[in-house]
Amino acid sequence: MSASVVGRPPQVRGSAGARRLDRRPGGLVYGFLFAVVATSVFPLYWSFVVASSDGSAIGEVTPPLIPGGYFLDNVRRVFDTVDFWLAIQNSLIVSGTVMVSTVVLSSFAGFAFARLRFPGRNTLFLVVLGTVMVPAQLGVVPLYMVVGNFGWYGRLEAVIVPGLINAFSVFWMRQACEEAVHVELVDAARVDGCSLWGTFWHVAVPAIRPQAAVLGMVTFMAAWNDFFWPLIVLDPNESPTVQVALSRLASGYFLDYSLMLTGTTLGVLPVIIVFVLLARQIVNGITRASVNG
Amino acid sequence: MPARPSALPSTVSGSHSSQLLARIDGRVSPYLFIAPFFVLFAVFGLFPLLYTAWVSLHDWQLIDGDQGFVGLANYAALFADPDFYNALFNTASIFLVSTVPQLLAALGIAALLNRPLRAGTAWRAGILLPNVVSVVAVALVFGQLFGRDFGVVNWILGMLGVEPVDWEAQRWSSHLAIAVMVMWRWTGYNALLYLAAMRNVSRELYEAAALDGASRWRSFWSITVPGIRPTIIFTVVVSTIGGLQLFAEPQLFDSSGTAGVGGNDRQFQTLTMYLYEKGFGLFDAGYAAAIAWVLFIVCLLSALANFALVRRIRGGG
Repeated sequence: MSASVVGRPPQVRGSAGARRLDRRPGGLVYGFLFAVVATSVFPLYWSFVVASSDGSAIGEVTPPLIPGGYFLDNVRRVFDTVDFWLAIQNSLIVSGTVMVSTVVLSSFAGFAFARLRFPGRNTLFLVVLGTVMVPAQLGVVPLYMVVGNFGWYGRLEAVIVPGLINAFSVFWMRQACEEAVHVELVDAARVDGCSLWGTFWHVAVPAIRPQAAVLGMVTFMAAWNDFFWPLIVLDPNESPTVQVALSRLASGYFLDYSLMLTGTTLGVLPVIIVFVLLARQIVNGITRASVNG
Repeated sequence: MPARPSALPSTVSGSHSSQLLARIDGRVSPYLFIAPFFVLFAVFGLFPLLYTAWVSLHDWQLIDGDQGFVGLANYAALFADPDFYNALFNTASIFLVSTVPQLLAALGIAALLNRPLRAGTAWRAGILLPNVVSVVAVALVFGQLFGRDFGVVNWILGMLGVEPVDWEAQRWSSHLAIAVMVMWRWTGYNALLYLAAMRNVSRELYEAAALDGASRWRSFWSITVPGIRPTIIFTVVVSTIGGLQLFAEPQLFDSSGTAGVGGNDRQFQTLTMYLYEKGFGLFDAGYAAAIAWVLFIVCLLSALANFALVRRIRGGG
């Protein structure tokens, strides 16, 4: 974007400008950021408050602001209302399979696009890039028919197979290979008579493991949170995912908020725990994946 | 010490057959590496997309199948349906109310995070947290917060002496409530993208500006914003595509069930809900396919319009 600088000007350490840039921010900045984080956390805190109070407390004039002691009772009621065990099991199967397959298949494709030379490579990669931006929902009606032809209505395959790989993750793993897999190592392995698959296994895989891990987490969470397609193609009574089961708690004439938000808390908790444990990697992953002109 | 066997096979491959194999490997394997993506994309991505156009030209019922070619009749019916324009208006309205404040807030937050903070990662993680919460959970929690009788928002308004609002019932209030859900979920994510881009803006420019006595505000608008223009374009385009596909938030905000009509008067039915109602509520696949194509065109036009708009932010200088 900016004009290239020939020969950097000497860094004036401790110039007035630099000093002002390095000044530590004051309490106002921290106060504002605290307000932003509080806004981020409050709805989740609130859903736990409601989840741990008995249904009647919600009807009081002043809403409760601290958790009550009814959480376990409400959890029991959730499991009585919808088959939550089955939903969790289904969501784990779907998200786990999609995660593993996306990471493996995208690593294959990313490695080929980044480090192998073959006719048509650039054109094919442009196709991948072009599909990143196309909203998946647009083909939803024929996709429903395709899945029906395979006999997958109401079966988990209907959600798993179309999600086995996506364009964004191919793009992501290509970036990872560009950065982490050294051309010299690939060439050396080839000279030593290593097959392409051997080269991938011995040279690329060890180098791209961190980025693959981030992609795996992001993919898992996206699959866990997916709603539109599972709602259409799965049977809410026979093969629900967590999100579809949750949406069923939200319908009915008399909304039972404590039941609904207990379900929400249960559905969100696993993802939050993963997020808190791996926050650093996820934050760095998003910051790395950004577009730089 | 026994000699270790080498990990890699030796270069001296005697036989012809193994040389042939190596050559086939070099020629064919690259395509095998990328084949899974293209095969799956062809079956579950490209084919449905193209087939949508074909289906939209037929009277096609989801259960009974193809009832015959009808040309552009589905499109004619679509453009004559007031509900379509209603859904188009709602989608655009919610999109604007949620995206403009969201991206401005994300810019401001990113500027704050770009200062030398203590515990920087913790702040960033806290801001990203909403993005990992499922959209269904967001819709349920905010549906409760915006409840008419026992919602927290109305309770706070009541303390300020404002009459309680029936958020679901009116057009403006339902749009605002749904926009708040979208903002809550995406502001932090976009802020982190902006922050990453801000890290790459040349420090010398800032130092020079500071020496010239430019205020922080002035450097922000003259150096930072032009410096991260590609990322701003990216977020605007992605927000547009996401905003036009808005489904779960309004769908679940409707407490009367999940028919996809978006309130008693369709006051918050979005285009994707309209598609869902026609295709999977009334099983009219041909009509739903026509909606999908129109949605695609709308996405494309909006993305291009946004792109042109943001391009006008002057380059750094």
